[in-house]
Amino acid sequence: MATVASTPTTEALPKRPNAVWQFIRSEPLGIFGFLIILLYVVCALGAPWIAHYHPEAIDFAAMLSAPGEAHWFGTDQYGRDVFSRIVYGSRTALAVGILSAFIGCTLGAVLGAASGYFGGRIDTAIQRVVDIMLSFPIIVLAMVVVSVLGKQSVLGIDTNLIAAIALPIIPKMARVARSSTLSIVAMPFIDAARAAGFSHKRIILRHILPNIVAPYLIMVTAFVAQAILLEASLSFLGLGVTEPTPAWGLMLSGASADFYQTAPWMILFPGIAITLAVFAFNLFGDSLRDWLDPKLKS
Amino acid sequence: MMRSSLSRLVVCTAALIVGVGAAAAQTPKKGGILNFSVVAEPPNYDCHGSTTFALVHPIAPHYSLLVKFDGKEYPKVIPDLAESWTVAPDKMTYTFKIRSGVKFHDGSPLTSEDVKASYDRIINPPEGVVSIRKAYYADLIVSAPDPNTVVFKLKNPMAGVMEALASPFNCIYSAAKLKQNPRYPETEILGSGAFSFVGHVKGSTWEGKRFDGYYNTERPYLDGYKIFFVKSAAVVPGILGGQFDAEFRGRNPQEKGQLLDKAKDNLQVFEGTWVNNLMLVFNTTRKPFDDVKVRQALSMAIDRWGGSDALSKISILKFVGGVMRPGYSMSLPEAELVKLPGYSKDINKSREDAKKMLEAAGAKDLKFKLLNRNIAEPYTPAGIYSIDQWRRIGVMVEHEQLETKLYQDRVAKGDFDVAVEFQADFMDDPTAQFAKFLTKQLSPSGYSGHTDTKIDDLYQKQRRIADPDERTKIVREMEQYALTQAYNVPILWWQRIIVINKKIKGWYMTPSHYLWQDLTEVWLDQ
Repeated sequence: MATVASTPTTEALPKRPNAVWQFIRSEPLGIFGFLIILLYVVCALGAPWIAHYHPEAIDFAAMLSAPGEAHWFGTDQYGRDVFSRIVYGSRTALAVGILSAFIGCTLGAVLGAASGYFGGRIDTAIQRVVDIMLSFPIIVLAMVVVSVLGKQSVLGIDTNLIAAIALPIIPKMARVARSSTLSIVAMPFIDAARAAGFSHKRIILRHILPNIVAPYLIMVTAFVAQAILLEASLSFLGLGVTEPTPAWGLMLSGASADFYQTAPWMILFPGIAITLAVFAFNLFGDSLRDWLDPKLKS
Repeated sequence: MMRSSLSRLVVCTAALIVGVGAAAAQTPKKGGILNFSVVAEPPNYDCHGSTTFALVHPIAPHYSLLVKFDGKEYPKVIPDLAESWTVAPDKMTYTFKIRSGVKFHDGSPLTSEDVKASYDRIINPPEGVVSIRKAYYADLIVSAPDPNTVVFKLKNPMAGVMEALASPFNCIYSAAKLKQNPRYPETEILGSGAFSFVGHVKGSTWEGKRFDGYYNTERPYLDGYKIFFVKSAAVVPGILGGQFDAEFRGRNPQEKGQLLDKAKDNLQVFEGTWVNNLMLVFNTTRKPFDDVKVRQALSMAIDRWGGSDALSKISILKFVGGVMRPGYSMSLPEAELVKLPGYSKDINKSREDAKKMLEAAGAKDLKFKLLNRNIAEPYTPAGIYSIDQWRRIGVMVEHEQLETKLYQDRVAKGDFDVAVEFQADFMDDPTAQFAKFLTKQLSPSGYSGHTDTKIDDLYQKQRRIADPDERTKIVREMEQYALTQAYNVPILWWQRIIVINKKIKGWYMTPSHYLWQDLTEVWLDQ
């Protein structure tokens, strides 16, 4: 009797490419942006070890010193080390930028998902509020909030400033989340979930929100850049962080304008820090979008 | 090398005298329009209810005063409407002879009745009228026995009567018009000054023209003046661009540098002390600021002498002084001042002592909020500097800068730990200068909330002593006591820097930006 020997296959299943490796290969610019962000994160976390001086320490003997060995980025009119202030300033920028983008996008995503899922009057009501909020320029809306709420510091971070920056992000994220939700709601698995008697809460939290994570992540990275810029703008206008706290926008404002001719480093380096941070987050956000969006992939 | 504030004062005064001498050597010319800028706008036109230079600079040329400060020889008081005066031997009666033939701009005659009505409005304002300095003149009773005589009788002895009467805010209004409407000065200009009112375009300009009926037929020299209301940042470009020739409040050292760099040959500079300082107000109703050792320690951490030179290069903060302006006749001499907490020249020892005092007071790791206005110059540098100095004795401070209205509300309510507050008035008189150092019972601006009536008693005592030497003794005792108790402590006094076109003559810088702005002596060398 002929027997057929069962030979186990030696051919391995095709290996699924590692997601991180795939991102690195397909989005080198995104990786470049990510490395810059990483550099800022390292600066923020390791500021006491990286900075040579206390960021608020006045040294009149060194006032308006040009960049050199003792002060890599020079000093300001109080003799404060510009490099140290930029390193510590990354804490303010990242804390305010990331927290406000995260809060704004999360609230916007929940609102947008609810709007798209429920439709009808709820959708109309939410979208009209969103329309009103979008009709204000982002900086104006933030200025109004800061002016009305004033300052409220928790652990050294101005929570009202974060609220002011997060607020204009909410309607933008809500629009994106709503459109994503509308396409998801039309899918059969949502009908199945409804037929199974799942609650609205469960459907939104378990089925809709996980499916809009990709646009959410993209928006968060994009809005971090915007939030950093907005924080810098508000600080520049005297509505954000208060002296002597190191903050990039603040370093560009006030007396810096009086000294830009004699001490250009006072505005040059904070300007570069802001530009580079915004550039890095935008680069990373764009790459993330390209990588996560199947339409763009094809 | 650091120079003492006194020597700097001498240099500044010398520079001023040289300027005065040079101007005096020339023969004044008639004609021309003086264009200058003012960096704020008056909320209304009523002198009696105002405290701002934004009112004085546009409005002073329209009004006469009873007497005024001499710009050339401040604090000398010189005649304006009063051509002469006598003081009774007991110094309880001041009799003024009013000039004859003085007219208001509408042609109506000005008599002693107008002076009386104006002072009555200041002392006993009718309902709806705001009189800011009502309490200051509360001891005066005014009468007008004949059209050319005004008599001020004192209910109690009062020092500095002539200086008080020379206030640039004591505009003389028409008695007849006040009778019709006591609030007319809020919206209407009708004075007897050297310039009549032409127009006010809100947010833009203010114009005045020579009043041909002015009592001094030789004055003014100018045909008129035009004010441009601009933001502070627009002053330097405005002067350099030729839009206007001056700004009379004061510029900071950077702006002076920018102006001189670009137009040195066309400009003249005046520099000197300013009757303004920034001080720290400790809220004594909150712990640990109710403890004198804590207040003293916080004052002792601040290196005033060391900071003075450097801060004066980047801001208008400059002179080290106590409650009275450094260099003023009644201020504490430097030798006395350095013995007081916070004024030692040995900052290292001072800080070591401060740390020990904080530890002894149980406030070793002290943390608090410093409330400040969100005005860049000079409030922000004062806040930044103080916080840095406190960090050096281990005290961590959060800087809270608010818009002026919010700041004032908080300070008035006593909702602060430590605040940066200004001290300023139109003159050096201690009765004006000590107002913020008193208890709230005596002064609404006694923001520190202390209840120490010894300062009040000394204050009342000094204002009743007419003899200058005797009064100086009491004032110095009061100053020593106030700085030792440290309810409020000055950080630094301001420097006044004026950069104006060289063609402007007859304008002299006084330590107050409220004074010598009637423009009667100003002329243009063109």
